[in-house]
Parts: sequence; C-alpha cells; structure tokens
Amino acid sequence: MTETATAVGERRRRRVGFLGGVALTLAIAGTFALAIGSVQVPLADLLAALTGGGTELHRNIVWRNRLPRVLGAIVAGGGLAIAGAAMQTVLRNPLGAPYTLGISQAAAFGAALAILLTGVGAGSAAGGLLATWLTPIAAFLGGMVSTGVILALVTYRQATPETMILTGVALGSLFQAGLTLLQYFASDTEVAAIVYWTFGDIGRAGWPQVIVMTVVVLAATAYFLRHGWDYDVLDAGTDTARSLGVNVDSLRIRGMAIASLVTALIVSFVGIIGFVGLVAPHVVRMVIGGTERYLMPASALVGATLLVVADTAARTVLSPVVLPVGILTSFLGAPLFLYLVIEGRAYW
Amino acid sequence: MQRLTFAYDDEQILEEINLTVQSGELLGLLGPNGSGKSTLLECCNRLLGPDSGRVTIDGDPIATLAPDERARRVGYVPQSESGAFPASVFETILQGRRPHGGWSPSASDREAVERVIDRLGLDGLATRNVENLSGGQRQKVRLGRALVGDPSVLLLDEPTSALDLKHRLEVMDLVVGQLQGDVAGMIAIHDLNLAARYCDRVALLAEGEVHAVGPPDVLTAEAIREVYGVEASVRRHRDRRLVVPEAPADTGPSAAEPPIEGHVADRPTPNTAETDD
Ligand SMILES: Nc1ncnc2c1ncn2[C@@H]1O[C@H](COP(=O)(O)OP(=O)(O)OP(=O)(O)O)[C@@H](O)[C@H]1O
Ligand SMILES: [Mg+2]
Repeated sequence: MTETATAVGERRRRRVGFLGGVALTLAIAGTFALAIGSVQVPLADLLAALTGGGTELHRNIVWRNRLPRVLGAIVAGGGLAIAGAAMQTVLRNPLGAPYTLGISQAAAFGAALAILLTGVGAGSAAGGLLATWLTPIAAFLGGMVSTGVILALVTYRQATPETMILTGVALGSLFQAGLTLLQYFASDTEVAAIVYWTFGDIGRAGWPQVIVMTVVVLAATAYFLRHGWDYDVLDAGTDTARSLGVNVDSLRIRGMAIASLVTALIVSFVGIIGFVGLVAPHVVRMVIGGTERYLMPASALVGATLLVVADTAARTVLSPVVLPVGILTSFLGAPLFLYLVIEGRAYW
Repeated sequence: MQRLTFAYDDEQILEEINLTVQSGELLGLLGPNGSGKSTLLECCNRLLGPDSGRVTIDGDPIATLAPDERARRVGYVPQSESGAFPASVFETILQGRRPHGGWSPSASDREAVERVIDRLGLDGLATRNVENLSGGQRQKVRLGRALVGDPSVLLLDEPTSALDLKHRLEVMDLVVGQLQGDVAGMIAIHDLNLAARYCDRVALLAEGEVHAVGPPDVLTAEAIREVYGVEASVRRHRDRRLVVPEAPADTGPSAAEPPIEGHVADRPTPNTAETDD
C-alpha cells in the first residue's frame, strides 16, 4: 500500500469511527432521556413499555410524553444542524445560520402576528386546535416569506453568497423591528405569550408535529447525502465547480431553499432554538474536517445528540420546573461557540 | 474555435479569434496582463458564453454538451481560486473525478487520485489541508485535480506562475506527458522561455486579437516589442528561443538585437515579464 492510501484510509476510518461514536452516544442519551424525569422508568420497564407491555402508567409516560419529546429533540436537533451546515456551505460563511438569514426573526414575527390577531397564545392550554396549528402555520409562513425574498432576489440577480447574507441581514432587522412594534401594541398577556413562544420548547410538539418534522428532515438529509459530493466541489469556488460540471446556481438555490424550509418548519413547531445549527457543524469540522459528504450526516447526528441532552437537562435540572430548552441552548451554546472560535480557528 | 468574440458588457475583450489545437499538441497563449488569455480559456470552457462564434471539441460544439460531459472532456486549472472551507489535498484532487462519478466517490476514483498524487510528488501531503500548503504546492494540487479526470482537452491558466525552477520543469514535463496520445492542451503562460521550450505552437494575444500564431519562432524581438512593449534580445540556445528582456520599449534605449547563434548557455535564464496577479 502506498503512503497516500495508508494516510487516507486511516483518516477515513477516523471519520467513520466518529460517525459511529456519535450514533452510539445518541442512542445512549436517547434511552437515558426516556428513562428519567419526574417519574423514573427503570430500563427493563422502559423496554416493556416500548414493546407494548408493562404498567399502564409507564406506557402512558413513555408513549404519550417522553417518546414524542425525545424523537422531537432528535429530528429538530438533526434538522437544525443539517440546515446550518448547508447554509454555511452555500453562503461560504461560517456564520451561516437561521438567525443570519432572518428566518428566525421572520418566524417569530409571524407567530406574534397570529397571537395578536387571535388573542390566543400557544401557551394557553385551552387554545385547542386553533392554538396548536394557527401559530405554527403563521410562523412557518413568516419564515418562508423571508426565504422567498432571498431566493427571489438571488434567482433574478446573481446567487452569490454575499447577496444572500446581505439580504438576510436586512430582512432580519426588518422583522425584528416589526416584532418590536407588535409587542408595543400588544396587551401584557399577549406580550407574555409572544415572549413565551420565542423560547424554543420541544414539549410543544406532539406526535403529529413530530411526524411531519421527521418526514421533512429525513427527506432533506437524503437530498444532502445524495448531493454531498457536489457541495464538496462547490466549496472549491464558483469557477472551479462550474468547470467540474456542477450547476452552481441551482445547487445554491436548492440547498438554501431546503435548509430554510427545514428551519422554518422546526422553528414554527418548537420555537427558536439557538446555536444548535451553528455549533454542531463546527464541532464536526473541528474533529473530522470539512468534507461535506461526512459533514452533513455527522452534523445531523451531533445536533440531535446535543438537543436530546440539552432537553433532558432542561427537564430535570430544576425539576419540577421544566425550562424551555431554547434558553438552555443559548446559555450553553454561546460559550461553546466562543470556545470553538478560540480553540479551533485554524480549521476554516 | 471559430470567430470567437467576447465582451464584458461593452468592453470588447476578444475579437474574432480563430485557433485550433490538435490532439497531442500544446498551444501557448501569450500576451500582456489583461490581453484576454484567461477570458479566452474561460470561453473554451463555457465559464463564459461568447457573444458570437463557437468552440468545438472533436466537432461537437461545447455549448450543446451537457455540463457533466463537458467537464469530462475539458480539464481546467483556474488562474486563482479561493475555497470557502479547507479541504485536504486528497479531497481536492478527488473533486476532479466528480464528472465521472455518481453521488459518492468509488474505489477506482480513489485509486486514480492516489496515482496522480504519486505522479505529482505530493505523497506526504495527501491529508494536509490545502490552505496550509505553499503557493507552488497548491498549484500542483489544482493541476492534479484537472489531470485526474482524464480529459481530452486541458486548459491551464498560468499553472507554473508560483513554481520554482525545478518544479516548473517537472510540472511542464508532466503536462506534456499527459498530452501524449489524444489530449490537446492550451496554456496561458507568462514565461516566454518556458513557452518556447514546451509549447508546440504559441499564440500572441494583444488587444483582443491574435497578433501571431505559429511555432515558438514567432517570438521575435519585433513581436515582443509590439505585443508587450518591451525591448528584448532573442537568442538561440540549443535550438530553442531564449528571450532576454532588456527594457520597456518607450523609456529605455533600444537594446533590440537580432537573433544570434549560441554562446549564452551559461547565463541563468531570466523570467520574462513574470507577474502574479
Ligand atoms: N469580470 C470581469 N468584468 C469586466 N471586465 C473583466 C472581467 N474580467 C476580466 N475583465 C477584463 O478583461 C480583460 C482581459 O482579462 P483577462 O483576465 O482575460 O486577462 P489575462 O490575459 O488573463 O491577464 P493576466 O495575464 O493578468 O492574467 C482585462 O482588461 C480585464 O480588465
Ligand atoms: Mg489571466
């Protein structure tokens, strides 16, 4: 074997090993998250409950409560992370994230508008069907408006990363201003509902939302796996990618559209969960390097693990108080991100 | 290519360029900065669409080729490029196999990359980050990416500008070696001596037109004065042209000399009007 083959094979094994390690960690963290909480479910009972046996109490807790929550954390974390990785690649910018593109702000604006117009927050349990679906739909539409403006602009102008970022930043501050204006005219309870909505909370998503998210996130993951190599080539620069037969503009626009759709959907169901989409791809880049073919799936796994762990911590740390996980990820994410910037600056 | 014309907005860059490159032949594109060498190469690659005229490969107009097919036939080394996120040497060269592959590199793609890395002498660097290489090593990696796809046309935009004396010769030998058989090459290059040594023919570009095209013998002192605005001595050394620039034509005294035989063999070879832009 040549020196090259040895070195490359070695590194490949490390990457696959990393993927396997994170997957294992996710499995353990997921099991743990199902087991602990206000009622502890021992492992044997957990298995029994999952397979339809065990006591009624355990079955209810696991199936009604914890399983949608843990699965929700897995798909939301994985989806946010893969969308973040895709945005960073498309924008050629390590700061690519839903926030940079104004998607989060636009979604929050949409949700606030719905809360104001209907007078019911997603927080009030009595809101029923209207509260469960109207606010997320409005949030999703808000997010898609922001995405649509960016995509329209880059389709008719040039799809350069700079155009996208600048447009996103402008839209972000516009929607932020709109949100502030709405809050200014809102009543105290409405302001409380709006603020409550902006703190991301996985517990808000029930089975229907989890299933919708799962389908969309799986489809997006499949797309990015299928085109990982193309995105690798895109990293080399526009001209080089074109010379290698890659349709640069459509790859950028599609990547952006899918990443935005995934983000807007997740944000509309569970609220704003900061930093997962930003931190997960950077952790992966630091550990196994920036090859998109590995970056995308690895980011999804890391993001899922991060959110499962964070959500379990949010449920249990101040028990019986359940913290919205969005607060926790922002608190933990900011220092983690700073650490990555200081320690790992060399990798991009 | 036939009657190729190209303008950036209103600025006419190329006017009615006609050039042909045979298989196994290396055509050197020479000309001062901004004369349109890179533009011409980019037109041959459909990175830029010409305003009129057409470029054909083996009789097929490239404008009608599917992007993957065009990428399989044409290998391109850009004058400069800036990656967004760092990739390793191996990954970068592997990108050159993309037009051949499906959605993920196969074992034969990887073997092809290993062979190219070996040929380029980049052995110890396979997993190194390209950003952490020297400028010359980086140029070799980009050349490797163009070679690994086994194209039938190679477009090289100043692939040797950052290389030292030895690596210049090595890389040009490699390029010429690749052309053996059925590959046609076009190279934009500023080193006239290197061009005279390796190119089968050269084309002198000036003000959007081909000033002269033919074997390296077209590099006369007069042609160099007209195209580059430089007084140069052109000598013969081992049956090759050797161009020694003397002074800018408008300021310095006329130092142009007619070609003389021999006797400059022990002088170091200076680079002519070498620039990195
Ligand atoms: N994107 C662009 N828009 C407008 N004009 C351009 C653009 N790119 C190049 N030009 C102009 O086209 C002309 C030819 O440029 P080109 O890059 O082809 O020159 P070149 O021969 O490769 O020069 P060099 O030796 O410096 O590489 C120059 O006058 C340049 O200013
Ligand atoms: Mg050039």
